[in-house]
Amino acid sequence: MYVAVKGGEAAISNAHGLMADERRGDRALPEIGVDQIAEQLGHAVDRVMTEGSLYDRELAALAIKQAQGDTVEAVFLLRAYRTTLPRLGASEPIDTAAMNVERRISATYKDLPGGQVLGPTYDYTHRLLDFDLLDTEREVPEPYESGEEQQPMARVADILGHEGLLEEAQHGEAGAPVADITREPMRFPAGRDARLQALARGDEGFLLALGYSTQRGYGGTHPFAGEVRMGTVAVEMVPEELGFAIEIGEIAVTECDMVNQFGGDAERPPQFTRGYGLSFGRAERKAMAMALVDRALRSQELGEEAVFPAQDQEFVLYHADNVEASGFVQHLKLPHYVDFQSELELVRRLRREHAQAREEAMHKEAAE
Amino acid sequence: MSAAPARERPGDPAYNFAYLDEQTKRMIRRGLLKAVAIPGYQVPFASREMPLPYGWGTGGIQVTASIIGPEDRLKVIDQGADDTTNAVSIRRFFHRVTEVETTEETADATVIQTRHRIPERDLTENQILVYQVPIPEPLRQLEPREAECRKIHAWQEYGVMHVGLYEDIARWGHIARTYDYPVMVGGRYLMAPSPIPKFDNPKMTKMAALQLFGAGREKRLYAIPPHTDVKSLDFEDHPFEVQKWDETCGLCGAEDSFLDEVILDDAGGHMYVCSDSDFCRHRRDAGHRGAMAGHEAVRVLTEQVS
Repeated sequence: MYVAVKGGEAAISNAHGLMADERRGDRALPEIGVDQIAEQLGHAVDRVMTEGSLYDRELAALAIKQAQGDTVEAVFLLRAYRTTLPRLGASEPIDTAAMNVERRISATYKDLPGGQVLGPTYDYTHRLLDFDLLDTEREVPEPYESGEEQQPMARVADILGHEGLLEEAQHGEAGAPVADITREPMRFPAGRDARLQALARGDEGFLLALGYSTQRGYGGTHPFAGEVRMGTVAVEMVPEELGFAIEIGEIAVTECDMVNQFGGDAERPPQFTRGYGLSFGRAERKAMAMALVDRALRSQELGEEAVFPAQDQEFVLYHADNVEASGFVQHLKLPHYVDFQSELELVRRLRREHAQAREEAMHKEAAE
Repeated sequence: MSAAPARERPGDPAYNFAYLDEQTKRMIRRGLLKAVAIPGYQVPFASREMPLPYGWGTGGIQVTASIIGPEDRLKVIDQGADDTTNAVSIRRFFHRVTEVETTEETADATVIQTRHRIPERDLTENQILVYQVPIPEPLRQLEPREAECRKIHAWQEYGVMHVGLYEDIARWGHIARTYDYPVMVGGRYLMAPSPIPKFDNPKMTKMAALQLFGAGREKRLYAIPPHTDVKSLDFEDHPFEVQKWDETCGLCGAEDSFLDEVILDDAGGHMYVCSDSDFCRHRRDAGHRGAMAGHEAVRVLTEQVS
């Protein structure tokens, strides 16, 4: 046993070999291609890109392949790669009102300009295992295309904003630097830019549970899904030598505007408050959970008492990152025998003293 | 920014020397200079995501990466030993990205990265000891909020820590902290020495070597300059004391080193061996023999460490 723990170089290299073998699996089956993962496991790719903070479908798919489908491990691989990339600058804010929409739904209005667009969603599928998928040779029919040109689709938040019913979005000053939590350590209280970044990178499961907790009474923010939209948007940048914005590419994003119960004070009339969620690709669950938690974290600036876990900045932001959490939880596998030996020595001493004290007490009783 | 490297440099050609880019190294070195200037004070720094997991030494690795040069000789230990898996892994990482010479000889190393131990052998002014730190905040278990902890340090209001230690005495009759035992540095800052056993605390004070601490996940650096006073907290009627063993090292017979307990069978048989593998080997080479030396049960053990 002792030798195994003190393993050393040969054991580590053997472990790598075993992992490579296990990853490949049965050699009689064809090896899965990164392009197949990118195409056919798109939601996994989207999640890894979102939490890995890097929009690159091929690299995310590669990370998923290398991690054998372990999402958190894949996020870690992508992050470790991302950290070596040079930072060229910040893009202009993306304009989601100008999104090429694939899906857009509002839970607050029956109909609205641009209409409800169901798009690709599992929402109304019956969750019955589809045994047809066992057949990899079958034909998949082309989906329905209306052929109509997309009408302009104002964001629900902007529609509500016209009437002053919804608080205005907090716009940063144009050109002002944005927080980058991968380049500066987080400070508290954290600004909304840093908070939204941490949430966007945050673990979907953790945010889902926290968002859920706000709905069940640990937060009381009374949300409505004002709008969830998904599609592609242009990314623009202003190169210094040009001085005007040019399009550098297109990304798919999911955006959620959560409309919550009123705020307002002596100066401001009652109005709905908002929570915001944004993720790469198709990640509605993540975007919605993020919007709930963003709203909960705004409790301080909205003059609410912060009493619930989801409202606690340090609690949420320090624990949302799954790469940090996974590493620290799993570091318990590393040897701790020096510290454990120290504890053993103390516990043995305390037990000796305990036994001694009991014995003395018994003698005393017997003598009396 | 040139496409081809201007000159030959050691290490994996796909990465910069010691993995981190020079800007990042400069940022970390600036943080370290501040840390040295304010002994025991935790300096926030923009910790990078490393190719090793958080909690596995990313802070120490970043510190080492930012101070190491091609002429250095690096020693990496975990639990006092050079051959523990994570120490091997970190040493391999640095060998890959720097090609610096690595060594198991404490005396020969210029940089020693450690987790959970300080070598038994005295370190010199020509050496730097880099600690891997999981939780840099000594008050964390008493006050989880970072914003509060920073205020406590600023005001030097460390009463809460003394109360915590006193509660231990009230309940157990002893201060029940056996590792990561809190220290005062230079009479000003309360500091977590990292999870070294309190056995090692006395080695920190007035140490000739520079001591640097890196916490990657928590994004903090701190330092103890050479020859600085480091005092383990205690009370007049409960003075600080270190662990003692009735046993000696089964391999080399050492009476004054930190001992690991090794289980030999499933019937309660155990022995003790030095946790510092280099220290133990030097003693054995000098002819010291413990009670178990040459015993069949430890043959494979000594082969492993030598």
